[in-house]
Amino acid sequence: MASVVQQEDRFIYGVRDCLPTLLGYISIGIAFGVVGVASHLSLVEITLLSVLIYGGASQFIFCGLYLVGTPASIIIITTFIVNLRHLLMSLTLAPSFTNNSLLRNIGFGTLLTDETFGVAVAKRAQTTVLGAKWMDGLNITAYLAWIAASVLGTVIGKWIPSPETWGLDFALTAMFVALLVLTLSAAKHAMLQHYLLLIGYMMMIMYILSYFLPSHIAVLVATMLVATIGVVTEKK
Amino acid sequence: MMSATMFLLIVACALVTWLPRILPFVFVRSITLPTVVMRWLSYIPICILSALVLSNLFHNNGRFVTLHWDLFFAFIPTVIVALWTKSLSITVMVGIIAMACVRYFATAF
Repeated sequence: MASVVQQEDRFIYGVRDCLPTLLGYISIGIAFGVVGVASHLSLVEITLLSVLIYGGASQFIFCGLYLVGTPASIIIITTFIVNLRHLLMSLTLAPSFTNNSLLRNIGFGTLLTDETFGVAVAKRAQTTVLGAKWMDGLNITAYLAWIAASVLGTVIGKWIPSPETWGLDFALTAMFVALLVLTLSAAKHAMLQHYLLLIGYMMMIMYILSYFLPSHIAVLVATMLVATIGVVTEKK
Repeated sequence: MMSATMFLLIVACALVTWLPRILPFVFVRSITLPTVVMRWLSYIPICILSALVLSNLFHNNGRFVTLHWDLFFAFIPTVIVALWTKSLSITVMVGIIAMACVRYFATAF
């Protein structure tokens, strides 16, 4: 086992395993830059969002909320809720790194994304362990690609007068659709039925809430309600 | 450039996204979350993703909540491609193209 770990735990292998996900990062990063420009954000602000927040969904939502003049408190709470899923991903990965220092563990957590999480759990399923150097290679490659793509998107966005006519604003919805389908397709057959039922509840609850709540608050309330329904109605 | 308010807002958002990411890595040895909380958290991805998709599709016109029909017509091929390819990048690209086509035909006719 030790030799397998040593053999596989190289920074460059982490970089290699990150490559298939780069197209995703780059296309969404570029779309983010374009949407950022359309939301009247500057290059410095767009870059800072990618460097500090480093989360596609929350950055798009930040733009959307900022554009319509949402109060800062709502933007912060929504960002928090949108990223709360990372708590679960961190909880899943953290046990693999208990032998590493606290500082390195903070590093792994800081650069965790949906995609690196997906690559890491797939890797762990094959090799049963994860190397710290491999994880750094994966994380740092994804992080740099994301920042570079956002900057590139900002430059492109300055040339495109109205990104809406090009359908670029739909990148966000399309990304959520893809992430939802990917999550559903990874679910076990028995869970899938339960998940589909919950999406049915979600349609009803979102429709009703949309009558009297702004959409970002409806998302927050509906998510907490339907997750609770999920716990209450699950079969033991 | 950037206002101080904007800078603080970005920093605050960064902080609330950073904490859920790192806290499990910091505390995983000393605390265990109650099972019911873990169960609840396991439903969050599906719930939040479907809520976000739906919030984009629904439109409150002041009296009724209806579908954004142009977005809905781009949504259908996007779902089909997502189910078919299971690829994030292909889905995003097809979604953008579908949306551009819908808008093009909506203005052309």
